[in-house]
Amino acid sequence: MNSLILSVGARFLTALFLLFSLFVLLRGHNSPGGGFIGGLIGAAGFVLYSFAAGVDAARRAVRVDPRAIGVWGMALAIIAGLASALASLDPFTGLWLILADLALSTVLVFDIGVYLAVFGAILTLVFALEETL
Amino acid sequence: MSWVLALPIMIPFVTAVLAFLLRRSRMGDLASVGGSAASLVVAVVLIAEVLDQGVIAGQIGGWQAPFGITLVADHLSAAMVLITAIIGLSVAVWSLAEIGPTSARFGYHALFQSLLGGVTGAFLTGDLFNLYVWFEVLLISSFGLLVIGGRKYAIDGAVKYVTLNLIATVLFLAGAGLLYGATGTLNMADLRGAVAASPDQGLMTLIAMMLMVAFGMKAAVFPLFFWLPASYHTPHYAVSAVFAGLLTKVGVYALLRVFTLIFVGDVGYTHEILLWVSLLTMLTGVLGAAAQSDFRKILSFHIISQIGYMVLGLALMTPLAVMGAVFYLLHHIIVKTNLFLIAGVSQRLTGSSDLYAIGGLYRTAPLLAALFIIPAFSLAGFPPLSGFWAKFVIVRASLDLGEWLVAGVALLVGLLTIFSMTKIWAEAFWKAHPEGRQPALADLPRSARWQMMVPIIALAVMTVVIGAFPSAFLEFATKGAEQLLDPAAYVAAVLGEARR
Repeated sequence: MNSLILSVGARFLTALFLLFSLFVLLRGHNSPGGGFIGGLIGAAGFVLYSFAAGVDAARRAVRVDPRAIGVWGMALAIIAGLASALASLDPFTGLWLILADLALSTVLVFDIGVYLAVFGAILTLVFALEETL
Repeated sequence: MSWVLALPIMIPFVTAVLAFLLRRSRMGDLASVGGSAASLVVAVVLIAEVLDQGVIAGQIGGWQAPFGITLVADHLSAAMVLITAIIGLSVAVWSLAEIGPTSARFGYHALFQSLLGGVTGAFLTGDLFNLYVWFEVLLISSFGLLVIGGRKYAIDGAVKYVTLNLIATVLFLAGAGLLYGATGTLNMADLRGAVAASPDQGLMTLIAMMLMVAFGMKAAVFPLFFWLPASYHTPHYAVSAVFAGLLTKVGVYALLRVFTLIFVGDVGYTHEILLWVSLLTMLTGVLGAAAQSDFRKILSFHIISQIGYMVLGLALMTPLAVMGAVFYLLHHIIVKTNLFLIAGVSQRLTGSSDLYAIGGLYRTAPLLAALFIIPAFSLAGFPPLSGFWAKFVIVRASLDLGEWLVAGVALLVGLLTIFSMTKIWAEAFWKAHPEGRQPALADLPRSARWQMMVPIIALAVMTVVIGAFPSAFLEFATKGAEQLLDPAAYVAAVLGEARR
C-alpha cells in the first residue's frame, strides 16, 4: 500500500500497539485484559506494519520466526499449568512466590505463554496469507 | 481427579510443541505418533474411570464451580475423547505415508496435534465460554492445516471455511454474552437451573436459537453447510480425514449437550426446528453427493447427510432417539475417517480423485477394495455393520412416535447413500482404467503401504466389531442418553450434592 501517512504513521503505531499490548497483558490479572487480548493487540501492531512496509520488512522487524514464538508460548503455558503437579494441586492452580513487595506467580507465566502463543499464531497466519494472496 | 480430565487435553499440546521443535527430522513424525499413543492411553483410563464412578468433574486451578472452569466427563464425553484419540492415532500413523518433509517442516504435526487438543477440550469442558475458546483453537489450527498444502485452490477453500466459521463463532460469542448478562453464569451445569429460573423465557429461546445457528454451522446442517463441500476436498487426505471424522461432530456434540442440558424450556419450538433442519440436511446432503463425481466431494456431501441423522435423534428427544444419536455419532466418526483414508490410498495409486478418470483398483488392490466395502456399506446401513444398528435405532425411534414421514426420509436417504457408494465402487474399483493404465502397487513404497493400510484395517475391524457385537455399545449409548436426558448426576458432579 503506497500511502505516505500510513508508512510514516505505522512505525509509531506499531510501537504504541506493542506497549499497549504489554499494559493489557499485565493488568489482566485482576481487571479485563490478559494474555489472549494482549497477544492479539501486539500482533495487530505488526500486521499494520506489514500493510505499510510489506511482509518481508515486517518479518525482519519481528526478528524471530512467528511460528517459533507461538510454540514456545504454548510450551510456557503448559509448563505453568503442569507446575502445580509438583505441589500436588489441581492442574493450573496458581503457585505464588512473594519477594518482599514483588508477587510472582505461575499465573503470570501462563498469561505470558498465552500472549506469545496468540501473537505467534496470528502473525504466522497473516504473514502466510499476505504472501500467498 | 482433575488430572485424569486435564491430561487428555494437555498431552496433544505437549506433543505439538515437541513435534514442532523436532520438525526438521524424522523424530517429529515419531513424536506425533508417540503423543497420540499416549493420548489413547489416558483416554482409556478416563473412560474406565467414568464407567466405574459415573460422571466425574474437576476444577481447573482449584476454583470451585460455578466460578472456575470445570472439566466434566460423562459417558458421552468420555466416549468422544476415546474416539478422538483413536482417530488421532490412526491418522497420525497414516500421515507418515502422506505428509512430506515440506509440510512437516511447516509444522503439520504441531497443527494436527493442536487440532486434536482443541477437539478433546471441546468434549470435556463444562463451561460455555471455555467451549468458545476451544472452538477458536480448532478454527486456528484447522485453518493452518487447510493452507499447509500451499496450493492456490486450497487457500480458496480455506478462506470460505474461515469466513463462514467466523460468523458462527461471533454468533456463539454474542449468545454467550447475552446469556451471561441475563443469568450471571456460564457454567453449563449451573446454567441449567439459571435458565429454567429466568423470568424472561423469550430471551432464553432467542439465545438458544443463536447458539443453534452457531453450532449448526459448525455441524454443517441445512442451510448452513456451504463451507464444507467448498473446503474438504482441497487439503492433504490425512487432514480431510481427521476433519471429516471430528470437526463437524464437535458441532453435533455441542448441540447435543446444550439442547439436553441447558435449553429444554421450550422443546416444542427448538426441537421442532431441529427436526425439519435434520430432514432437509439428510436430503440435501445425499442429493448433493449424487451429483458429484469426485471421490472426496461425494464423501464430503455424505458427511452432511449423516449429520442429519444425528440431529434427528436429538430432535425427537426420546430416550431411544437420543441413544441412537449417541451411537450414530460414535459409529460415524470411525466409518467416515476410514473412507477418507481409503480415498487417499486410491488417489496415491491412481493419481486422481476424479472417478471418471480412474479405475481398475479392484484388480490391483483387492484388499483395499474389500476394505472399502466395509465402511461404505456401514455408512449406507447394511446389516450387520455398525451403520445398520445406528439407522435402525433412529428409524425405530421415529416409528415409535408415529413420525412416518421422518422414518420414510431416513430410509430413503439410506437407499440413496447406497447409490453413491456403488457409484464409487463401480467407477474407481470395478471398471477398467479409462486410458488402459493399470494402477500398480509398486508405486507405493513398502513402508508407506504398511503405514496406510494398518490404520484402515484397524478402523474397519472396529466397524465390524461394533456391528457384530452391538449390545455392549448400545448399552453404553443407552447409559449416555440417560445421562443426557436426566442430567441430575451431571449437575451434582459439577456443583456438588447440595445445590442440585
